[in-house]
Amino acid sequence: MREQASTFAQGVDFSLYVIAGISVFFLVGITVVMLFFVFRYNKKRNPVATNIEGSHKMEVLWTAIPTLLVMVMFYYGWMGYKPLRNVPAGALEVTAYGQMWKFTFEYPDGRITDSLVVPLGKPVKVNLVSRDVLHSFFIPSFRMKEDMVPGKNNFLWFETTQKGRFDVLCAEYCGQLHSYMLSSVTVLDQHDYEKWLTSSASVADEHPGLSLLKQNACLTCHSQDGSKIIGPSFKGIFGKTETVVTDDAEREIVIDEAYISRSIRQPNADVVKGYMKGLMVSYETVLSEEQIGHITDYIKTLK
Amino acid sequence: MSSVSTNLNFFEAKKGIFSWIFSVDHKRIALLYLYSLITFFLVGVTLGLLMRYELLNPGKDLVEAKTYNQIFTLHGVIMIFLFIIPSIPAVFGNFFLPIMLGTDDVSFPRLNLLSWWVYVVGALMALSTLVFGDGPADTGWTFYAPYSVKTGTNVTMSVLAAFVLGFSSILTGLNFIVTIHRLRAPGMTFLKMPLFAWSLYATSWIQLLATPIVGITLLMIAAERLLGVGLFDPSIGGDPILYQHLFWIYSHPAVYIMALPAFGVISEMLPTFSQRTIFGYKAIAFSSLAIAFVGYFIWGHHMFTSGMSGTARFIFSILTFLVAIPTAIKVFNWVATLYKGSINVQPPLLYTLAFIFQFMIGGFTGLVLGALATDIHLHDTYFVVGHFHYVMFGGTGFAFFGALHYWYPKIWGRMYNIKVANVAFTIFFIGFNMLYFPMLIAGLMGMPRRYYDYLPEFHLPNMISTYGSWVLATGLIIMLSNLVAGFFGKKPKVGRNPWNGITLEWQTLSPPPVQNFDRMPVLPQNGPYDFDHKPVIEE
Ligand code: HEM
Ligand SMILES: [Cu+2]
Ligand SMILES: [Cu+2]
Repeated sequence: MREQASTFAQGVDFSLYVIAGISVFFLVGITVVMLFFVFRYNKKRNPVATNIEGSHKMEVLWTAIPTLLVMVMFYYGWMGYKPLRNVPAGALEVTAYGQMWKFTFEYPDGRITDSLVVPLGKPVKVNLVSRDVLHSFFIPSFRMKEDMVPGKNNFLWFETTQKGRFDVLCAEYCGQLHSYMLSSVTVLDQHDYEKWLTSSASVADEHPGLSLLKQNACLTCHSQDGSKIIGPSFKGIFGKTETVVTDDAEREIVIDEAYISRSIRQPNADVVKGYMKGLMVSYETVLSEEQIGHITDYIKTLK
Repeated sequence: MSSVSTNLNFFEAKKGIFSWIFSVDHKRIALLYLYSLITFFLVGVTLGLLMRYELLNPGKDLVEAKTYNQIFTLHGVIMIFLFIIPSIPAVFGNFFLPIMLGTDDVSFPRLNLLSWWVYVVGALMALSTLVFGDGPADTGWTFYAPYSVKTGTNVTMSVLAAFVLGFSSILTGLNFIVTIHRLRAPGMTFLKMPLFAWSLYATSWIQLLATPIVGITLLMIAAERLLGVGLFDPSIGGDPILYQHLFWIYSHPAVYIMALPAFGVISEMLPTFSQRTIFGYKAIAFSSLAIAFVGYFIWGHHMFTSGMSGTARFIFSILTFLVAIPTAIKVFNWVATLYKGSINVQPPLLYTLAFIFQFMIGGFTGLVLGALATDIHLHDTYFVVGHFHYVMFGGTGFAFFGALHYWYPKIWGRMYNIKVANVAFTIFFIGFNMLYFPMLIAGLMGMPRRYYDYLPEFHLPNMISTYGSWVLATGLIIMLSNLVAGFFGKKPKVGRNPWNGITLEWQTLSPPPVQNFDRMPVLPQNGPYDFDHKPVIEE
């Protein structure tokens, strides 16, 4: 098991120990009794069997005991789970976006990151949004996950109990690179957290187009070095002549500003030959005219 | 009973391939199912071994990510729809239900043949995805929307295959219900039926009532992909959570389609190898019905992290725990059946004991997943993969192979090599636990399922698991070759009743004649397992 890094983890582990404890006790007990019977009443030792039809007393007993025990298990499971739905007032709210195959996080001040940074011991509520298919936001060290469902607003919240960096994994299968959809939560103490908040990050010296590509998970499918991932690479595509499939018919086009803009807004209108339709979602409502301009400028630099 | 007086056994009665594939004899249909099922099982196992090989080390070992995703989907589809759902009912139910009821066939023999043909067509459809277009579906056997609507792989064909296979299951269920109601031997009341018949009865109702729901749901996926009807994909106005509800309304009860028949064969083998009556006949019979009934109301436990309301989570969790009670009752009664028996340790009993042990692990890990707090951590991790293999493979799979060893002499009239069977069992059992126990650990550590690649911290359990898969495969090869050898070999013919069993199939010839009985079967006086008044059977 991993470290318990959130207040929720204790409740989960406690109910796990209760259930596992009872289970191991019965598993071992029943197995031992079973093997003992096989040994003791082996036909060599017991050539003549005794027919016992059953026993009402025993049936009542072994109905009542499991009933009691499963209710105990249910109770601890429920108690351990309950805190997850009651977000304390004043929690820091962050929105996590899931998208094939990347998590991005948006802070109240508009800052966008690809990993989560939170202050130690402060409640944090994470709103979960999917931009395409199902994902699940899973932090094993916090013992929690909740699905990111397109069209539905889910959330979870946690309060951290130790500093450090913890894995975030996507737990709901989301296609080809599901197992590479990883991120992390870094827990800082209040002082370091505030420093991080006020730092203007390293984003500044990056091309704004590149930052946008990173924030929107474009680069999980489109490489910058010519290699084919899920979609065509961005390297050297500007000005190139390409065969695309439009409404099931092939045609030749030259990649220009208008084509790039159209590919971002209606990705399935023209699909480059040899690639799969339907995997990229429209960024119509996500990216502005100006941002698409930045991206196009950046793609032009990839020779 | 039919008036044919020849005692030719059902193998000899007619020859030629057409006398098999168009046979309406329930015994031949059962064997058609057996051979097709085992074939698909071996395909599924091969895919499983490929997956395990890929997961031996982090990073790529064998195949690309997309291929891996297609492999686990095809593995799941084959194992669920082509192997485990039909398994015990279609093979041993078809063969032995009529004989155990003392009759000469099921109620609708032609429908029975049709169900096999429908099964074959469905299976070919599922496998056809291998050879055209962009290959087999890569969605997981659950076909969750909206990914299943978006991906370019052959999802449409896969869901249509599952749709067709559903009909095969419905037809078998219908046939068994009518057979049990109408064709019991004179004097065999419901409470004098063997427990295998009881378990098939409960199973058949689930097949009949739940399968249409998944059929419609899968058609909806096909409609959405082909016609763009917005049902499940929110970008065209659908609701992905609706899909999950519809899918699990069938697929949770389907877990009992897999488990109940296994409970049935276990309840047959225990009395035979203990040479005494089953403990708590009524408790076992009625708990099957209770499980079938409660099983309809707990599907939501597959969706505890999907954002359901707290109330829904509460209700689904508590109902899930309730279904554990009738299951526990069965286990206690089985173990009590060994008490003061005269126990004959033979391969089928070994599979039975392994079944009880592994099924308990499957059940207990199910309780861990049914509790809300722990499920929030373990949902969609390898813990779930370990859990359902313990139930479906360690439970039903082992019961299936136990049943094969149990009824083998009756079906083929010869015995396999018992020593080799014991060795094979031991290797198989060790391999099984080595393969799946580490998955439970990987899940507790937080490794998600459907994972082509993993972080280095998950390496150890994955390595052990992969080694386990090789041990298991070794055991399986020995087991199957031993069975095949027994059937071609020179082993002497067995008599009517090599295990000294008491249900009616042991009163007839091995293999049974075409019309099942060469003389009128005699019911034991007080119920099916009344070893005190076991009818004397002459060869
Ligand atoms: C040699 C035997 C087997 C091996 C090595 C094996 C291995 C595996 C592995 C590694 C996975 C995990 C895929 C993943 O999450 O990435 C898996 C999934 C699965 N297995 Fe098996 N398995 C075997 C037999 C069986 C049997 C007998 C059944 C059913 C009776 C079964 C049913 C399933 C199902 C339903 C899935 C889920 C597929 C999905 O996620 O869509 N397996 N198996
Ligand atoms: Cu994902
Ligand atoms: Cu379920």
